[in-house]
Amino acid sequence: MIISVASGKGGTGKTTVAASLTAVWDRPVLGVDLDVEEPNLHLFLHPDIHGSETAHMLVPQVEEAKCTYCGACSELCQFKAISVFNQVILTFPEMCHGCGGCIEICPEKAISAGQRELGEISWGRAGDVDFLAGRLRIGEAMSPPLMRLVKLRLNQTLAENGGDAIIDAPPGVSCPAVNAVMDSEVIVLVTEPTPFGFYDFKLAWEAFTPLGKPLGAVINRAGVGDDAIYRFCREKGLPILAEIPYDRAIAEAYARGRIIADLSPGLKQTFVSLKDQIRHLVNPGRTREAAHA
Amino acid sequence: MSKIAVTSEGPSLDDKVDPRFGRAAGFLVVDLESLETQYIDNGQSQMMAQGAGIQAAELVARAQVSCVLTGYVGPRAFQTLIAAGIKVGQNLEGLTVRQAVERFKNGQVEMAQAPNNRAGR
Amino acid sequence: MREIIIISGKGGTGKTSLTGAFAHLAAHKIICDLDVDSPDLHLLLQPQQERKEEFFSGHEAKIDPEKCEQCGLCETLCRFGAIRENGAGYEVDPLRCEGCKVCVAFCPAEAILFPEKHCGQWYISATRFGPLVHAQLFPGEENSGKLVMVLKQQALELAQARGADLVLCDGAPGIGCPVISSLSGAHLAVVVTEPTPSGRHDLERVAGLCRHFQIPLGVIINKHDLNDDESVRIEAFCREGSIPLLARLPHDPLVTRAMVQGKVITELPESDFSRQLKQAWSRIEALAGLDR
Repeated sequence: MIISVASGKGGTGKTTVAASLTAVWDRPVLGVDLDVEEPNLHLFLHPDIHGSETAHMLVPQVEEAKCTYCGACSELCQFKAISVFNQVILTFPEMCHGCGGCIEICPEKAISAGQRELGEISWGRAGDVDFLAGRLRIGEAMSPPLMRLVKLRLNQTLAENGGDAIIDAPPGVSCPAVNAVMDSEVIVLVTEPTPFGFYDFKLAWEAFTPLGKPLGAVINRAGVGDDAIYRFCREKGLPILAEIPYDRAIAEAYARGRIIADLSPGLKQTFVSLKDQIRHLVNPGRTREAAHA
Repeated sequence: MSKIAVTSEGPSLDDKVDPRFGRAAGFLVVDLESLETQYIDNGQSQMMAQGAGIQAAELVARAQVSCVLTGYVGPRAFQTLIAAGIKVGQNLEGLTVRQAVERFKNGQVEMAQAPNNRAGR
Repeated sequence: MREIIIISGKGGTGKTSLTGAFAHLAAHKIICDLDVDSPDLHLLLQPQQERKEEFFSGHEAKIDPEKCEQCGLCETLCRFGAIRENGAGYEVDPLRCEGCKVCVAFCPAEAILFPEKHCGQWYISATRFGPLVHAQLFPGEENSGKLVMVLKQQALELAQARGADLVLCDGAPGIGCPVISSLSGAHLAVVVTEPTPSGRHDLERVAGLCRHFQIPLGVIINKHDLNDDESVRIEAFCREGSIPLLARLPHDPLVTRAMVQGKVITELPESDFSRQLKQAWSRIEALAGLDR
């Protein structure tokens, strides 16, 4: 099972929840950082990194000797990664989305696959938890290509080791966030009960509901703000899977890179209960007894 | 007989130079001798999610001009113009197209060695 | 004319709350919310919409089932896994479609349409602090940065028309397309960070991005008393990089209280926080070269 932890608004506690959930989840479990622009999961799980690789994507490489400047590639390219005019052909690899269209369409077979560096994928272990993360190269504009490659590795790892994966998704509701959650079995939406949190939560609900996956909410910093979000969840039949109270001690512990579930038996129970709620959301017929059988 | 292109907010010589290159409203192609003009609409480039500057540069290149006068140009558009053998005159916003052309004819416009704007998207 | 953009790297550091307060303090400005994915500034500014425009960007493929000959070539060619069989033929998953046009170009039956995507709306509104240029991307759409560029252009034109000498922008979190587009042409980036491992880590990345694009930056440490050790580390990072430290603001429940009331902090009775915020704004104006 793949669980993704997302939010509309940034800073509501996605990584906090993902880290604690990973800590209490049944083993084997893989903690995955798909917030490739600003990966933070490692700051809480403290993994030993066993390996890493530079991730690339395909970009056009032109053998100009074969090129007749017919312009078919330039005409097809929606992203202006290849430009043909007069007797000139130029490529702009940083614009390429990797569709391979220019390579396919060239009548002279003058274009082959070059590479653009996207960033880095790393993997390792934090205690008895497996870890996988993507990190976008600074200056690389697009996250989805790197995210796709991390997801490939996620699937390989699950196929080899079994167990579940918990994804720390990027904030927001546009393509990077959708990319992170679209292949999971359940989406956990973390929010805070403030006007910003609520507004962005509604956007997230709108963005992710069409994906047709079970959705549940976690209210972080419960107690600050107002109760608009609770009314909304009731209205939409969106289960609130857990509440983490606003507590300066928790904020300070987070500021020290600590896993919240480790702070107290009460907080650990909050996350164990969240785990059970998530399992129940995916398999409503399943009981707690069966889960431990 | 030399033609140059000027980014323009409208189809006449008395329209203002459009400060943008990639997403300019259009280009006025001016025959330097006769001052005859031809307006090329740049709506196609404006519509693009990315690469407007490159698209605009292609448009200008097909117009067979020797130079483009504008306000600011990004690095990708600049690269495309240079590859097309087209010289670039920048920082001419605020003038009318006519004034920009006059300055160019009087040798008062320095041809740019580098783009004066950062990349758009 | 100066363009100042408030960014954060990490979300939730207080970027929008501070931008709202700066919008109150600044004179002769156009305000711009460039976080088109999750715009929140309007919740503080209560804009009166004066103009609304639809936003189109990119295209998506749509297979016409009447014309489809079910040869499956599109599925083979699609590098984004966006095409699948649906029993009656083939269909495109709009969530995965990259809008690359490969399937459209190669379909032997010419059965694939390529309509433009209606991705969102943008607005020009009036607020009690001045004009606001803002937008809403429809949830789930791609955020290529084009909408950000549209807003910036509109704000610039509005500034010229109204005689404003400042465009003040609330930016997006992260370091991707929308942030890169936001930074384009900016004179100063103000990075709002927090003293947590995430805050510092993400500050380093977004500072790297600013350097990559040669945009001058300054830093505000928000909620600095959450972790003084981490605050000190961030200050050291700024010193080492010759990055001006514009303010160290305390963690103050006033920020949330103001938000709940739909106000900015500087509209509440004067406090330590609001005083420091005013000092920060003076420093920002000076750093941006605003002649006030």
